[in-house]
Amino acid sequence: MFASILTLGGIGLFAAVALGVAAKKFAVEIDPRELAVLDALPGANCGACGMPGCAGYAKAIVDGSMAPNLCTPGGSEAIEKIAQIMGVEAQSAEPQVAVVCCQGDNQKATLKYRYLGLYDCNAAQKIADGPKTCPGGCLGLGSCVRACPFDAIEITAAGLAVINRDKCTGCQKCVAQCPRSVIHMTPRLAETHVLCNSTDKGAQVRKYCQVGCIACQICKKNAPEAYQIENFLARVDYSHAAAAAAVAEKCPTKCIRDFSHGYPDGSSYGVPTPEKLRGEAV
Amino acid sequence: MVELFVILISTVFVNNFVLARFLGICPFLGVSKKVETALGMGMAVIFVMTVASVVTWFIQYLILIPFGIEYLQTIAFILVIASLVQLVEMVIQKTSPVLYQSLGIFLPLITTNCAVLGVAVLNIQKDYTFLQSVVFALGAGLGFTLAMVLFAGLRERLDMSPVPKSFQGTAIALITAGLLSLAFMGFAGLVKG
Repeated sequence: MFASILTLGGIGLFAAVALGVAAKKFAVEIDPRELAVLDALPGANCGACGMPGCAGYAKAIVDGSMAPNLCTPGGSEAIEKIAQIMGVEAQSAEPQVAVVCCQGDNQKATLKYRYLGLYDCNAAQKIADGPKTCPGGCLGLGSCVRACPFDAIEITAAGLAVINRDKCTGCQKCVAQCPRSVIHMTPRLAETHVLCNSTDKGAQVRKYCQVGCIACQICKKNAPEAYQIENFLARVDYSHAAAAAAVAEKCPTKCIRDFSHGYPDGSSYGVPTPEKLRGEAV
Repeated sequence: MVELFVILISTVFVNNFVLARFLGICPFLGVSKKVETALGMGMAVIFVMTVASVVTWFIQYLILIPFGIEYLQTIAFILVIASLVQLVEMVIQKTSPVLYQSLGIFLPLITTNCAVLGVAVLNIQKDYTFLQSVVFALGAGLGFTLAMVLFAGLRERLDMSPVPKSFQGTAIALITAGLLSLAFMGFAGLVKG
């Protein structure tokens, strides 16, 4: 009886003392500023800054090895707070938002074959470069939806990814996931976009998509400063927003869209009628 | 030497801790959504199991048996393993931040995990020598990691598959675990004992 109490108590006491000594001896000193910075960050661990998580980024800011304005999800609010903690002047980065540069859903664009495999864009892309005839169009199998840590992307009933601009923080996770690079980062204030990602010639695009860019040059002729044609695909120069918006109407295939009257339902294209993903595997 | 090898193989495949002995099911189901985290967890378990079996072997033969208090085995083992893991966590945090990042967050999760305690108790039950118990713990940890990584791989694939609504979530995870266990039953004839 006494032996058992003493032995067990002895083991417990020994462990307690060892832990107490270790806690003092191996204590890791953390810069209090690091904790304050970590507090100011949104804590989404999205990796937009280039570090694997918010803790790593907070450490890098305090070290001085990284600039304090790289957190896109936190926006100017977080940047200001961090600048205050660190005692430097805030230089806010221009907020960016992701846009799916494609309008060719399953009703407007044709398919090469019927895809029945894994519900994943990266898997589909490996089979004859994806089921969509267009080499750049959105496959609509939701790899970006699963990558988004902020629940900002939906797939419409017709199979097109649509980004909710209010929820998008510009972390670029979807950009990294998309096998066809159809998601582009654009300034949040930009209102005119070329919603096409096909680099085929006009005659080919016409065959498989009703809303693709056919490189007719009309936009470029009317506003040469705002539009460029590269690889048979028009691109907007977002620094000439007014000129770009004025010409949007003239696009024959309506792949240039002007949203200066507001984005429908806060999303980058159309009115999303989201269909639940098959299997809800999110 | 051959005997040690047999112990190792039989704990990894035949008597796999998760799939044949049903120990350590909670981390097996809880931390197996991604292969990466499953691997981290597995490494932490290998480490903790080996260290714990070394210490508990000494506790058993140098303290519990000489004092005649073997009936306190469970509580003594839990006490020792828990404080040991805490201690190791502190040391790692101080000495190797890189290792702490990859292993540290899993350590508190498994301080008194049933699989870890199971190894310690089985070592004594089977009357293993010191070397045998270390090999047994190593095999148990490897088997656990193997099961975790296989299962996490399956679950990653399942995430992208059209699972019927009534099977979604935990249901399909348990079915998958069952099938994996069935597959491991195929090893049953490999080693006798």
